[in-house]
Amino acid sequence: MSASPPPEPALEEAAPLGPAYGGLTDLPHNFATSRLEEAVKWSRARSCWPATFGLACCAIEMMATGGPHYDIARYGMEVFRASPRQADLMIVAGRVSQKMAPVLRQIYDQMMAPKWVISMGVCASSGGMFNNYAIVQGVDQVVPVDVYAPGCPPGPETLLHAILSLHSLIRSGELTRRRQGAAGAGAGVVVEQRDGQTATRMVVSPKRGRFGRG
Amino acid sequence: MSLQAPSAPGRVYARAGGPVLRLSESEAATAPPSAPERMIINMGPQHPSTHGVLRLLLELDGETVTRCKPIIGYLHTGMEKTGETLTYLQGPTNVTRMDYASPLFTELAFSMATETLLGLELPPRAVWIRMLMCELNRISSHLLFQATNGMDLGAVSMMLYGWREREEVLRLLEQITGLRMNHNYIRPGGVAADLPDGWRDDTLGLLEAIGDRLDEYDALLTGQPIWRERLQGVGVISATECLALGVTGPILRSTGYSWDLRRHMPYLDYDRLNFDVICGSYGDSFDRYAIRLNEIRESIRLVRQILAGLPAGDYRVQDKKVTPPPRGRIDESMEALIHHFKIFTEGFKVPAGEVYAAVESPRGELGCYMVSDGGPKPLRMHIRAPSFVNLQALPYMLEGRLVADAVAIISSVDPIMGEVDR
Amino acid sequence: MASPLPGGLAELGVAVSIDPGGGPVLHPDRAQLTEVAAALRDAGYDQCLDVCGVDYLGADSRPDLPDGVVPERFEAVVTLISHRQRGRVRLRVQVPAEDPRLPTLFDLFPGAENPEREVFDMFGIGFDGHPDMTRILMPEDWEGHPLRKDYAVGIVPVRFKAAGDAR
Repeated sequence: MSASPPPEPALEEAAPLGPAYGGLTDLPHNFATSRLEEAVKWSRARSCWPATFGLACCAIEMMATGGPHYDIARYGMEVFRASPRQADLMIVAGRVSQKMAPVLRQIYDQMMAPKWVISMGVCASSGGMFNNYAIVQGVDQVVPVDVYAPGCPPGPETLLHAILSLHSLIRSGELTRRRQGAAGAGAGVVVEQRDGQTATRMVVSPKRGRFGRG
Repeated sequence: MSLQAPSAPGRVYARAGGPVLRLSESEAATAPPSAPERMIINMGPQHPSTHGVLRLLLELDGETVTRCKPIIGYLHTGMEKTGETLTYLQGPTNVTRMDYASPLFTELAFSMATETLLGLELPPRAVWIRMLMCELNRISSHLLFQATNGMDLGAVSMMLYGWREREEVLRLLEQITGLRMNHNYIRPGGVAADLPDGWRDDTLGLLEAIGDRLDEYDALLTGQPIWRERLQGVGVISATECLALGVTGPILRSTGYSWDLRRHMPYLDYDRLNFDVICGSYGDSFDRYAIRLNEIRESIRLVRQILAGLPAGDYRVQDKKVTPPPRGRIDESMEALIHHFKIFTEGFKVPAGEVYAAVESPRGELGCYMVSDGGPKPLRMHIRAPSFVNLQALPYMLEGRLVADAVAIISSVDPIMGEVDR
Repeated sequence: MASPLPGGLAELGVAVSIDPGGGPVLHPDRAQLTEVAAALRDAGYDQCLDVCGVDYLGADSRPDLPDGVVPERFEAVVTLISHRQRGRVRLRVQVPAEDPRLPTLFDLFPGAENPEREVFDMFGIGFDGHPDMTRILMPEDWEGHPLRKDYAVGIVPVRFKAAGDAR
């Protein structure tokens, strides 16, 4: 038989191991070690889905951030979920009125933990230029806020910066630590929900009146 | 007298039984349905297609809307109250945040009302810069409508295109005014600053780009069967109903009723420019889409004429009473510094009186009713917001339509909730 | 000054003034309001643009009111437009503070429904015969009428507080 020797198996010819070759499948040791906590934090930071919570001018800029020029999809966040059950980030974009505050709190309560809040713009952060009877002077009186984005309205760059700050805070575990230590975050305003159907009722801390009015 | 609109039999502006669901929030929770198989559902205020925080109570018979009530106020900001505590020079900062898709128009109405009370005559360049900025703003506002309308109807590529083009207009507005939105550029006495270097080339480039892309929108949407199916014959309203309900702007024009303040009651220098008033014929959502698309073309036409005819001169009135001194003089002269300080801390006094000034915003007649008691702050400042009044037409448009059409109809009304609730 | 008003209105005996912008302003009293508005509608002023309120509490003098009009604390301002004559007309109705009520314009102009609700919400002026006289902008259970002059702006003083320990 003049048969030539069979070709050597391809595996024998494999190039030296390294990240540039073959991807993960060719790694003989295709696993990584980490602490579970780190892996969870990493995945949380990498899959923030915002709820659509546009209120005012800032909502337009938030939508512009989702547009092609600023392209929030670069951070895997282009899916603005309509249902709060599917979202873990609430971007409070705009001024929060006294009438809207219970709704906002209800939506926050409906979101699944862990959940984060970005207060976008000065109106949401502090009432901004509308220091009057109608506007809640800072959404942190209603929900605990993790990152404040300044501006009136903040440009898309500012919002992206706030989002990236949030990501790094989530990854470092900073936010989780804050939550554990901060029972009753906010300014003493508790919104209790009577049942799933009816409107929520405000319970206001006695010293400040209705959200600080009066 | 008959309360029934003659051209639309069956639609009655009645206290009960019409398409308007007159129930309060708490009544709606407990009210028995008006007929078996009917139910009242709630849509909003946090709903992806209600354009902000509009809330609707819909009474449904199966999937058909029988009655509806828009509930507003979720963005009530107390701007009219705040406006009474701000001087006339600070006022535009406040009102510009009402209609945040077209902020320059509210500034313009406010400034025109103040100037009428003061009896100021503006230099021609200021007037023309105002027209230029307003038309650019109309383009960006209608592009925003195209984007959100596409998003609401599932044409997501239109949303991306709309944002892309709007971003280019905003870049130009930022170059001129310093801000992307909420410009505070048009102020009593003129505009805040002259046009910057290179604005003419940038504007021309913008007009070229957008003009071409409008044709792409036409190819993408206008003739597309799915798009037409979703919009044609949906949300029909008649001219008689529009007049009765106080509706203005593209909704009124979609019924074939030609009424545009720029043409029919000209302000600024619009009577010296050539443009067409775009009208529809059927009063449906498709006409409203097409009107807004073609109004972008008319605005481009207007901007080209303004570019050709922009006069030289001052960009604000030279009246020591209302105009702060130029920046350069402040460094040299003590009097100029005092003058500047007084204008910006105390403001200027405006003669007592009351006046109404109106402009044609992208949503209809935007008016400012101003009462002065002779002091530096208005006694009352009221904005007649077109979206606020236009929302009254919503129950009439929704009557008898499916819930799925509600999204298309709300979108075609194009309400800006900041202006509705103020 | 030539009266820009259509014929028939002079007989109603309504005081007329001209605003700084040159537009006509009518000053009917409460009882005349419906009649005057109907006459204007028949004369071509067929769209009601706006109804708004003004609170003149604390205003010393009211120089812009013509003779014969008794100033009151509140005023309701109705703006009508005639597309045929290309002109607007404004009705200013004095409303006393002790009895803040007006007849509704809903039957003449259905578009006055929401603006009248806003005037009720903000000033507490009730409109007799209005089909849905409820609050529109403020929450249903709100107390007070915010745009009245004796209602505080509600400015909350900014409180500086030390940043807490690094949480």
